[in-house]
Amino acid sequence: MEHGENSAPPERSKVHVGFHVNGEPIEAAFAPHKTLLEVLREDLALTGTKHGCELGECGTCAVLVDGRPVLSCLYLGLECAERRIETVEGMAAGPSLHPLQKAFADLGAAQCGYCTPGILLTAKALLDGNAKPTLDEIKEALAGNLCRCTGYIKIFEAVELAAAWMRGEELQPRRETLYGTDYDESGLLPVVR
Amino acid sequence: MKARTRVVGRPYAKIDAAAKVTGQTKFADDLFLPRMLHCKLLRSKVAHARLLRVDAGHALAMPGVVAVATGRDLPVSFGILPVSQDEHALAIDRVRYVGDPIAAVAAIDEDAAFDALDAFEVEYEPLAPFGSIDDAIARAEPRIHDYGDGGNFHKLVSMEFGDTAKGFARADRVYDDLFFYEGSTHLPLEQHAAVADFGPDGKLTVWSATQTPHYVHRALAKVLGLPAARIRVIATPNGGGFGGKSDPFNHEIVVAHLSRVTGRPVKICLTREEVFYCHRGRHPTLMRVKTGVKRDGAITAMHFQSVLDGGGYGSYGVASTYYTGALQTVTYRVPAYRFDGARVFTNKPPCGPKRGHGTPQPRYALEVHLDKIACDLGLDPAEMRKSHLVPPDSVTANFLRVGSMGLGACIDKVIEASGWRERRGRLPVGRGLGLACSSYISGAGLPIYWNSMPQSGVQLKLDRSGGVTVFCGSIDIGQGSDSVLAYVVAEVLGIDPFDIRVVTADTDLTPVDLGSYSSRVTLMTGNAALQAAERARELLVEAAAAKLAIRKARVVLADRRVFDVEDPDNGMSFADAVVLAESKFGTIGTVGSYTPPPSPGRYRGAGVGPSPAYSYSAAVVEVDVDPETGIYTVPKVWIAHDVGKCINPVLVVGQVEGSVYMGLGEAMMEEMAYRSDVNGNVVHKFPSLLEYKSPTTKEMSEVVTFLVEDPDRNGPFGAKEVGQGPLLPIPPAVANSLFDAVGVRVDEIPATPEKVLAALKLAAAGKTARVGPTSFPDVPYPPPMRVLTPEEGGDGRAGAAAVASRPAAENSKNESPETASR
Amino acid sequence: MMRLPKFRYYAPRTIAEAIAIRVDAGPDGAYVAGGTDLYPNMKRRQQTPKVVVGLSRIDDLRRFEEREGRLVLGAGLQLSEVENDPRVRSRYPGLAHAVSEISTPPLRNMGTIGGNLLLDTRCNYYDQNYEWRKAIDFCMKKDGTICWVAPGSPKCLAVQSADTVPVLIAMSARAVLASRDGEREVAVEDLYENDGIDYLRKRPDELLTTVILPKPNGWRASYRKLRRRGAFDFPVLSVGAAVWLDGERVAAARLVLGGVASAPLRLSSAEAVLDGRRLDRESIEAAAAAAAGPSRPMDNTDFSFFWRKQVTSRFVARALEDLTRPSA
Repeated sequence: MEHGENSAPPERSKVHVGFHVNGEPIEAAFAPHKTLLEVLREDLALTGTKHGCELGECGTCAVLVDGRPVLSCLYLGLECAERRIETVEGMAAGPSLHPLQKAFADLGAAQCGYCTPGILLTAKALLDGNAKPTLDEIKEALAGNLCRCTGYIKIFEAVELAAAWMRGEELQPRRETLYGTDYDESGLLPVVR
Repeated sequence: MKARTRVVGRPYAKIDAAAKVTGQTKFADDLFLPRMLHCKLLRSKVAHARLLRVDAGHALAMPGVVAVATGRDLPVSFGILPVSQDEHALAIDRVRYVGDPIAAVAAIDEDAAFDALDAFEVEYEPLAPFGSIDDAIARAEPRIHDYGDGGNFHKLVSMEFGDTAKGFARADRVYDDLFFYEGSTHLPLEQHAAVADFGPDGKLTVWSATQTPHYVHRALAKVLGLPAARIRVIATPNGGGFGGKSDPFNHEIVVAHLSRVTGRPVKICLTREEVFYCHRGRHPTLMRVKTGVKRDGAITAMHFQSVLDGGGYGSYGVASTYYTGALQTVTYRVPAYRFDGARVFTNKPPCGPKRGHGTPQPRYALEVHLDKIACDLGLDPAEMRKSHLVPPDSVTANFLRVGSMGLGACIDKVIEASGWRERRGRLPVGRGLGLACSSYISGAGLPIYWNSMPQSGVQLKLDRSGGVTVFCGSIDIGQGSDSVLAYVVAEVLGIDPFDIRVVTADTDLTPVDLGSYSSRVTLMTGNAALQAAERARELLVEAAAAKLAIRKARVVLADRRVFDVEDPDNGMSFADAVVLAESKFGTIGTVGSYTPPPSPGRYRGAGVGPSPAYSYSAAVVEVDVDPETGIYTVPKVWIAHDVGKCINPVLVVGQVEGSVYMGLGEAMMEEMAYRSDVNGNVVHKFPSLLEYKSPTTKEMSEVVTFLVEDPDRNGPFGAKEVGQGPLLPIPPAVANSLFDAVGVRVDEIPATPEKVLAALKLAAAGKTARVGPTSFPDVPYPPPMRVLTPEEGGDGRAGAAAVASRPAAENSKNESPETASR
Repeated sequence: MMRLPKFRYYAPRTIAEAIAIRVDAGPDGAYVAGGTDLYPNMKRRQQTPKVVVGLSRIDDLRRFEEREGRLVLGAGLQLSEVENDPRVRSRYPGLAHAVSEISTPPLRNMGTIGGNLLLDTRCNYYDQNYEWRKAIDFCMKKDGTICWVAPGSPKCLAVQSADTVPVLIAMSARAVLASRDGEREVAVEDLYENDGIDYLRKRPDELLTTVILPKPNGWRASYRKLRRRGAFDFPVLSVGAAVWLDGERVAAARLVLGGVASAPLRLSSAEAVLDGRRLDRESIEAAAAAAAGPSRPMDNTDFSFFWRKQVTSRFVARALEDLTRPSA
């Protein structure tokens, strides 16, 4: 009987798979029933990818496969053969944060930071295909990523801010984003610089 | 007067933000140590049973298994509160809920550990389970615990401040309402995880996703019988806490034990289902509130009764019980107040502290109750509240000392912005506005273990390179507490917060902070950091003044420099100033401590409620109801929060928005639901992230946030709490908005569409348009402890004379005839 | 961490190869396309196939073509590909809408249209971890003998929960099943059996290869879904509606309920109400009223079953109202 090239022998023995992770070619050997989530965290030491249920019910483990957000907890490692995987570790260009990362940091859109990697990657896929998404489009794109800390608002604002930066606009965060509405700044001394 | 500041009050990024957005933050499950084993827990399948036999022999023979443990290996009990040390790391002779840990296995990988669980043999002798408050009250036997206040009552309390009978008699109207608030859980996205490493030097290190490393430290020492000095607990950054990681947990002790017996590191990461079993979330609470008012809405007396469904263990439950009766008095004047509280044990995962700990339930009841009163008296609910606010710098009937009090300003902000006066009652059918207010503590006045030591300590190390390191036992759970330490120290020392290194939550390296709970961290560690920084500043100033040949008062620290305020060019770099100070004084290290001021309350139970400062919130919620189905959305929320002073406004706004989110989830959909009907067992209905309904981006409302700053003398720079308080007004504001929109009262949280439609159908049938509890059980509350109020000249103690002078207990079922029944 | 049990995985390149492996595996085998339904079930040990036949690398399952005015969808197309296809959006907006309501965006990047049609029936007593099911002594759908929803029930009452199915049935879509014996084309409606365990009239080794959408002329379809949240949640009541108009009058109507039984439920009496009438407020209300009776949700999903029954007619009315709008 002939099987496909990714066919695995039974039980414990490992499959040997080659794919691209964050732009680098990688070969790894792992048990065939391991998910991409497990392979990334346990075999490649890329623990930036988090997990919240491992059943596809929270979006925490989202990564990009061939540019599209998928849930790594329900994606077999060996299905990744020859595919391009992007994780949060690959977002920054060297020491420079991706605009999304910078915007999330500036606005406090990462509170505990646990859902952040999945949300950043999902937002990246959105902005890669839509330079100026509406608020509704951002909400829809991120509807599969639960966050318990932020109420999502800082996340929406950070995606909008990053999108503007990526379009080359020199947008500053809204005052209300940083201080709430009608904040009384009389207590602030000028920053000496 | 606001303090004028440079760093404090500015919307900086958090100092750990870069690590979080790049995936570099190491959470507990991200730790991988060489030779590490993986642990799984075998959990009870039966809600209530005697354990006749736990046989692990076969499990040990399974492939890959290195060690097993059962209850007999860890016989010492533990628990967060000294009064309820009722948990065992692994059950010994009794299980109390489905999910109660019975045995543990350590294996070479998680698959092997999982496979071994089925090999344990457990023999149960099932006992009748208790699934609800009613069950626990109805049957005294079999008792779930052999301690408590009789039968399955864990705790019964009753206290009266002032003469409520007189107060009710003085009222123009007396209102009496029943409410129920269903349990909900924290649902941090990070599942609890811990790694233990018992080294060959006989020292144990435990990394854990805990909000309270100090109490984990205590529990480990107690159960393992190890000197605390040989145990090091490192709290890893919490991927969300919300109170759910505030207890010492079974799994933390079990991995420590397994590491000790195997000599290898052992990790456990709970599954999502197990996180539901750890729980410690919101207590389901049945409440009765009876209030006497004058025609203008002034409260003459209030009697509040609660029954909490505690689940299988004590946890923080005694404190939770008191909290359901503590903070009613800090918003509107209540001259005479009586509180009866009860907590029952049931065979469900234990309840404990969830964001707002014990206060969202009574706050919901109180704020809906007041809305009904205002409507009945023909008063504007906002104006009625504003007319009777607790004054600042006052002491309440139950001896809580209120400092700054910005609730009036909060109400003004939200009614102005929401168009409350013009729009309430005038929106099209189906749309409505609801208002509610609240208050919360900025840390508890008394620690869990009563002692005279500080609740928070900070050490500061200044290096001759100009480097500054802050050491503190506090743990960042996402709220930004590490950053608060840096901002406060940077403000005082005139340096950039990103120059500072912060080392936290490591019992070997950092002075004790009690933990990230009860909204205590900004105020307490902030004050400790302030003290340590001011002491360091004093050394720098003295050294610099000598060098610059000026008076110390002229020395300013700002912009990474130390200079003469009258001649700014005459100065030096911060690093040079440290060198001078080190030359003059030797190694530069300072410490700061914080202990809350003593509370005026001296009665039994006075430990719950006092706080150095109270935050205040007001919210208006707009709702859009489909009257044909009861389905509704909340398009917009206006919320104002009196935070005293923002240490960092963007983080404060973030806490407010997150609180609104969690409040909406509780108000609309979140629910810890159980089945009692399957096989005589009590099981969680759906312990999953799919069926426990956490709102998504699609449900989240637009939120307009106002930060009100009414500085409190006890807060660092005047700061008060923000992490929990803004949740509190949301559930009652939602309920009140439903009334404005479609004229129905949903006296039960969550206010689901089923309940809204049911109330609408009642209205259509000409009946009272209300859903909610219809009776309050006969709870054997003890005779109230009586305390004279400050107005009556009370000294904060319970008066024996006062107790004797009046009948022991008014039967709570026979209220005065003037009671308005609606 | 919830992990998959061990299994053999095959990734064939052709339909024939896939079927051959599946036949050889017998009762221990399972096909998997996107994995969004099977893998969670495997992690919870609801399904424990020893041989898993992955379909993602079979090009023939990813066709997207027009055939005599009909749109032919390979069963292996990702839901997001179907949802975003301009032809689907313009000619079959009811279907595009139904697909857009499935679960979440990342899961629609994984799950396939074929997988949605064959989605396992769902139940609060069944979609649970192994440990939980053991605590209640299992149910008849897996490892047990009783139906906990209705302990007297002779059959499993797990619920049909696929979003695309009611609307595909309403619009008279068809499906192609392949096996060793060749292909057979069936109405989507004929794929289902009202039995929570044996919910498909498809042999286990038969492979769903194609979904065929009818010519878009002369009819409109719509979809309404009840769920707690705007993402993640399966439908716990859903309505697929389609009408064929003869001038202003309804020539034929098809109304299908999902989420209330183990199979999609045709509402023939409500359909009959609409026959020959204008689609207006009066006829819509009459049809909606006729839909309430047959809707008998059980207590095994989110929301109370009593309320789900109560609001059935409103959801039917709204699905029909959608058909009166030009965008439908």
